[in-house]
This record gives sequence, C-alpha cells and structure tokens, in this order.
Amino acid sequence: MGDLTHQIPERIPIHLVVNGVSHTLDLVPWTTLLDALRDHLALSGTKKGCDHGQCGACTVLVDGRRVNSCLTLAVMNDGAEITTVEGLAKDGTLHPLQQAFIDHDAFQCGYCTPGQICSAAGLLVEGRARDADEIRELMSGNLCRCGAYPNILAAIQQAMGQP
Amino acid sequence: MNNFQYARATDVADAIRLLAADPGAKLIAGGTNLIDLMKENVERPSRLIDISRLPLRKVEETADGSLRIGALVPNSDLAYHPLIEQRYPLLASAILAGASAQLRNMASVGGNLMQRTRCVYFYDTATPCNKRRPSSGCSAMDGLNRNHAILGTSAACIATNPSDMSVALAALGALVHIAGRSGERTIALTDFHRLPGDTPHVDTNLGTSEIITGIELPARGFAQNYSYLKIRDRMSYAFALVSVAAALELEGNAISGARMALGGVAHKPWRSLEAEAALRGQAATPDHFSRAADLLLQGATTRSHNGFKVELARRAIVRTLTQAANATPQSQAHKKIA
Repeated sequence: MGDLTHQIPERIPIHLVVNGVSHTLDLVPWTTLLDALRDHLALSGTKKGCDHGQCGACTVLVDGRRVNSCLTLAVMNDGAEITTVEGLAKDGTLHPLQQAFIDHDAFQCGYCTPGQICSAAGLLVEGRARDADEIRELMSGNLCRCGAYPNILAAIQQAMGQP
Repeated sequence: MNNFQYARATDVADAIRLLAADPGAKLIAGGTNLIDLMKENVERPSRLIDISRLPLRKVEETADGSLRIGALVPNSDLAYHPLIEQRYPLLASAILAGASAQLRNMASVGGNLMQRTRCVYFYDTATPCNKRRPSSGCSAMDGLNRNHAILGTSAACIATNPSDMSVALAALGALVHIAGRSGERTIALTDFHRLPGDTPHVDTNLGTSEIITGIELPARGFAQNYSYLKIRDRMSYAFALVSVAAALELEGNAISGARMALGGVAHKPWRSLEAEAALRGQAATPDHFSRAADLLLQGATTRSHNGFKVELARRAIVRTLTQAANATPQSQAHKKIA
C-alpha cells in the first residue's frame, strides 16, 4: 500500500520506430519494452513467457541487436529502432527464417517461435555461429518447452545456407 | 514493479549528483539484473538513473600496455573485441560462458560487477534473508543450499557471486575505476566484492554516490596458457556450480607464473596467493596442480547439500590447469571437456 502514497511520476513521451513505423507513446517509466509493444502498440507477436529473461520468448531486435524485451524499460529505448516478428516479412514474402521454420516444422505449440526467429535473426547478423554446436550455444537463451530443438537447429542452418 | 521516478544522466558528474540527491535511487545500465529484481520486489528503487547513454563505451590501449574498458561496454562487445580475443582470451571465454546471447548484448561491464546473488531465498521475499533484510536470518543455511558457497562464508550468509566475467577479471588482476563526489579512485577487482561477514547486504566496496567508470586489465594477458571451465546443471545458460579460471606462464614445462580464480563457491571470486605461489617454479604436472587445488580450497566448509562442491572444485581446478598447461582451453561452444 505504501506505493499509493508516493507521488505518481508523470508519463514520459517516448519515440520508437517499430518495424519501420514511427510511434510516440506517453508511458509510465516502469513500462517494459515488451509491455509497450504488446499493450500499447498491439503488437502481440512478441510473447511474454517468463517475464524474467529466462525463456527468450520476448526476444526482439533493438537497433539490430537481439535483446530480451522484458528486461528493458521502454523509456530506456527512446529513439531506438525495434524489429519484432511482425516486421520480418517484406512485401508479402516471409523472412528466410520464417520460411525455414515452416519448412522444418520447427515448432509445436508455437509460443516460443517469435522469440526463436527474432533471436536467430540476431544470430545471423552477429555471424559468430559457424557450426551446429555454436548455433545451439548461441541460441541457448531461447527455450522451447515442446522440445523442437532439432528442427529449430535445422531451420537456422537452412537460413544460414548450411546443408 | 514499484512506481519510481526516472532520470537520464547527462554525464558522470550528473549521475553522481542524482545518486547523492536520493538515497533510494539506483543506477541502471543494461538492466538485466535490476529489472528482474524489481519485478520480484527485491529491489524497490525510488528513482532509476539511466546511465546507459553516458560515453563509457571505449576499449583503449594505454601507454603502459594495459587495456582500459569503459563501464558501459556490453558484455558481448567485450567478449568479441579483437583486443580481448587476442590479448585476454581468458576473459572472452568467461564472458561467453555466462548468460545468453541476448543478455550479453544488454548487460554492461559495470553492471556485471554489480549483479546480485541468485540465491533463491534472496529472491523469495516470503523468506528471511540477511542480504535482503539485515538481521532477518538466513534461510539457505538449513534450507536448499546445493548451489551455495563453501569458501569465505559467514554465520549470516552463504550466498555466491554469480558472475563468470568477474572470475576471469580476478585471475587477470583487473582494476576497477570508480568516480564519486570526492573524485576518482581505483581499486583491485579482488577488493571490489566483499565477503559476507556480518554485513551480507553490502555486496561491494562501492560507496553510496559512487559509479564504476571502467575496468583496467594489466598488460600480462596469459594469452598462451589459459582456460575457463564452468560446471553447471545444464550445458548452457545456467549459473556455475563451480567455475575455474586458470592462467599460466610456462618456461618449458616449468611454471613461472600462475593465476587461479574460482566462481560459484564464494561471495566473491576466490583467489589464493598461497596456492598460486606454490605452483611457481614447479613442473606443470597433475600432482602439483592437485596440491595447488588443495591450497586453493583450504578452509572450505559445507552445509547439508553442497558438500559435493569441494571435490568437484578440486577436480575442476586440476582439469582447468591441465587445459591451460596444454594450451587446449575449454571451448564454450563445443562442450566436451578435454
């Protein structure tokens, strides 16, 4: 109850470019980037799994780098360019990772999939994964409780152009 | 999360001023640990001072051959920095053994030093914890303490420091640069974190209204003979039960310099100058490594569930020193332990 007696901070104007579209939001400072995307911009593709940075379902790209959107405040990302799973397809054509996930049936329930795909998109940009073990290691921040890992690995390998 | 005020620091002096003006304020950089703790109501800052845009992102060689690293360099950028890969591969390896790619992209060097224990009772506000609420008691002491410390513990706290990066920094003899109201100061990383004693709520020797501006790596990088071995309950993305940073300088098969630090076993990265001295001048053999391991683990005390850590650590130390001596450092991607 102590919080109710505190002065309520003012909302802060925040500018985000999400999937190429500019948005200005007035948010209370404790709004995470994840909640800003889902609840204020109606982009529900990014999933809230654990909300503690342990599952990776909330992974998005911030200025091209993959991050857990549940562990960063929207206000800290003022001015950033955000890419969510909704922004990966271009002109009606799926991103190669999206197509590869379909080709390899790389999911069962699908809840982790947007985070898996955004994380893999970050992985491709980083260019640090050269073989299956390195892909597994550098994708370890994305859990799949259905256990679709072999197919996720195969999908990422396809998108990387590996046999 | 509790309601809080938000301020963006314009420079280091501004951050210090904002900190001094509000005793309930906390700095935020990457936020990966602090926001998690706020969601758990373990941390309830009145104000967050966002330092993430301060110009502390450089990695610079200095005239005396050391390397100065800004406090806001992301963990991933540091691990993949060419100068770290070439001169301090032990540090690169330790960083890549920790967290996930996403978290390493977010987490800063300074924030890594400031991260708090992952003791489940520290996180569980329904239970007593001397670190979270001084003098309330320690639930781990007679609770689930499989992950807990075996060295440097106190009657008040058996929590461990969760960092991998700090273990390598301890072995490398890193320095921490700090700025505060009365100017700048530099302390050894091994003096930065504290043992719990009877003040386990104080993790570090960073003063109130002080800010980490960077770390410094001495010129000796141990780039030829090193290894970081992390033992954990799953192969990736888990905190260490035991981790070992080992760095050797060899002349032939004789050890001319040795550094060792342990993670997952104490309230701070654990070093023993006596154990390191015992290796100098000796042949790089398993017998001598074993003797050094015994010295490094001297004084270990265990609770009901973590007794296995002593033998696990002893074997891990010998294994890591062997990897270092053979110049076959543990890969953090290919998990087979050579």
